[in-house]
Amino acid sequence: MELIIFYVFSSILVLSAIMMITVKNPVMAAFYLVLSFFATAPIWLLLEAEFLAVTLVLVYVGAVMVLFLFVVMMLDINIATLRKGFVKMLPIGVAAALTMLMSMIMVFNSGYFSIEKYAVPERHSADYNNTAELGQILYTEYLLHFEVAAVILLVAIIAAITLTHRRRANTKHQDIDKQVRVKSSERLKIVEVKAEKRK
Amino acid sequence: MELILSIYEIPLINALVKIVMILVPLLLTVAYFTYFERKVIGYMQIRIGPNRVGPRGWLQPIADAMKLMFKEIIFPQNASKTLFIIAPIISIATALAAWAVVPFGAELVLAEINVSLIYILAMTSIGVYGVIIAGWASNSKYAIISTLRSAAQIVSYEIAMGFALVGVIMISHSLNIGDIVKMQSGSGVWGWYVWPLLPLFVIYFISGVAETNRAPFDVAEGESEIVAGFHVEYSGILFALFFLAEYANMILIAVLAALLFLGGWLSPFEQVEFLNLGASFLAGPSIIWLFAKTIIFMFLYLWFRATFPRYRYDQIMRLGWKVFIPITIVWIYVVGIMYYMELSPWFVRV
Amino acid sequence: MRALTQFFKSLFLLELFKGLSLTGRYLFAKKFTVQYPEEKTPQSFRFRGLHALRRYQNGEERCIACKLCEAVCPAMAITIESEERADGTRRTKKYDIDLTKCIFCGFCEESCPVDSIVETRIFEYHGEEREDLYMTKEKLLAVGDKYESQISKDRGEDASYR
Repeated sequence: MELIIFYVFSSILVLSAIMMITVKNPVMAAFYLVLSFFATAPIWLLLEAEFLAVTLVLVYVGAVMVLFLFVVMMLDINIATLRKGFVKMLPIGVAAALTMLMSMIMVFNSGYFSIEKYAVPERHSADYNNTAELGQILYTEYLLHFEVAAVILLVAIIAAITLTHRRRANTKHQDIDKQVRVKSSERLKIVEVKAEKRK
Repeated sequence: MELILSIYEIPLINALVKIVMILVPLLLTVAYFTYFERKVIGYMQIRIGPNRVGPRGWLQPIADAMKLMFKEIIFPQNASKTLFIIAPIISIATALAAWAVVPFGAELVLAEINVSLIYILAMTSIGVYGVIIAGWASNSKYAIISTLRSAAQIVSYEIAMGFALVGVIMISHSLNIGDIVKMQSGSGVWGWYVWPLLPLFVIYFISGVAETNRAPFDVAEGESEIVAGFHVEYSGILFALFFLAEYANMILIAVLAALLFLGGWLSPFEQVEFLNLGASFLAGPSIIWLFAKTIIFMFLYLWFRATFPRYRYDQIMRLGWKVFIPITIVWIYVVGIMYYMELSPWFVRV
Repeated sequence: MRALTQFFKSLFLLELFKGLSLTGRYLFAKKFTVQYPEEKTPQSFRFRGLHALRRYQNGEERCIACKLCEAVCPAMAITIESEERADGTRRTKKYDIDLTKCIFCGFCEESCPVDSIVETRIFEYHGEEREDLYMTKEKLLAVGDKYESQISKDRGEDASYR
């Protein structure tokens, strides 16, 4: 049963990954990327990493890819101009691909990552809580690393905002806070007008 | 009889029966939720709402469903047909899949997983793809505008909602909804998490309203400017699927609010002695309490829609990012202090 | 200080609760819906519905084909052709009102010097085809004949206001 699930989802993963890089339409490529992320989650579930699997879906599928799609949908990409330099760039591309392939072969063939090096992970009972375990180790043993990572992310956020946040001098924009704070008494005056006597 | 029982013992059949037992009442609730929406909003506008189909209009949702089922599905020109069909399926599938982990009682749960809370968040966040794909596949400007609006809105409010739920997770030491409810038991109404987490509760529910694209946050639908939003081009059963998904998500948000903040199936009369209810079923935990609490929130949805005018889009974004997220972060800090002080009855050392 | 009270007012969603209480009150208010086919709202005697052409009591049609209604009609829904009868009077050969064009303003009735074209209280009519909503002289006269008592009663009630 587990094997069937594994093969089903891994074939979906591989297929969608291939489709992602071959498909012409960038939006479709993004959709295939979403699908491949989604197909990864069940495989992680099989490895008893349920917290990570669900977080993968929540963060990558639910947030990151949505923003990605956002950008891709807004861009008006002309596929014809994209394909123009294909032949010219082919040698460089092939060289880069070959280098990466070679390095991957060298890494995985080194024996460092071979199956024999690792013990078969023990199966845990159903009430085993992976999440609590993860939290335990993250906030004790790796606390410093965790905090450093958090600070780096914060720095990255602030840097990204300051880089893009420019206020041009003569733009007219609405100050929503001001608009929200307005009370009806500031805008509206109810005046009692005496009826005029008919002459 | 023996045969039926033995068939029921097969795991697959067992699971299927349970799924049907959740889905059929859920879909019926959705159908009648639309009826009550029209009735309640009608009453608030001094009208009486649908009352023609069947006695007092009781058969109105059935008539609507029949109409939608037999309508022709129209594909817009140059639309990508596969994606056009996939979009509502994603919407409904994720909306229903989230219900797999919702517990209806201490033992009444289809899939007992210990990350059920973030599983639900993940499922609702995939639901955005239904909207995005629908908007993109429709090949229509209104649809794409609505898609961009709703995707940005859902992603923004997910953060506020997630932070609001962090408070619940901190207080209960668990991501399992069943355990979260169990942690609230023992001291009656006072033990519910709504009291220490009141701001988070309010933000959770408002974000929930925004997340499901309901009034007053329904700019994705915005009929005054973009016709009907991402489902302008949809008709017939495909439109009905979007509709079902939207309402299933609304009920999901309502049931989660009841479970996480109002003690789910726990009775409010748990520790009340003076009424001498101790022995009666009212004092014990039961599914009736869960439904009663859920209905309150479902009613709130309708009440909001009848009361508040639609937000402007930039105001929605300001509310999400500049108001809700800061408040939730501050309150998470307050929860930390309460935790440190071991404020009873909510914070107990495990 | 004022800003501070403002801040807390908005933080506790006071105005939202005010709105909610208003709609909450209306939930239980008396409903004013008129259950249309069973209940009907009272109509004025000036109600402007389906058109009719009237006759004098001796059976002679009132219309003298002056074409004032045709001229005044803002939607140009009226078409009239006239002829001279054997007795030397001018009468209509054709008097058509296209109800799909008509905006029921009542100008035709106002302009009519002989109270021939009138608008009745009838508003529950339909047509399966466009042609059904194209009122010819015969149809209009038939409507007038059928509802003459109601029409003359309504004109009588209106007379004192003119």
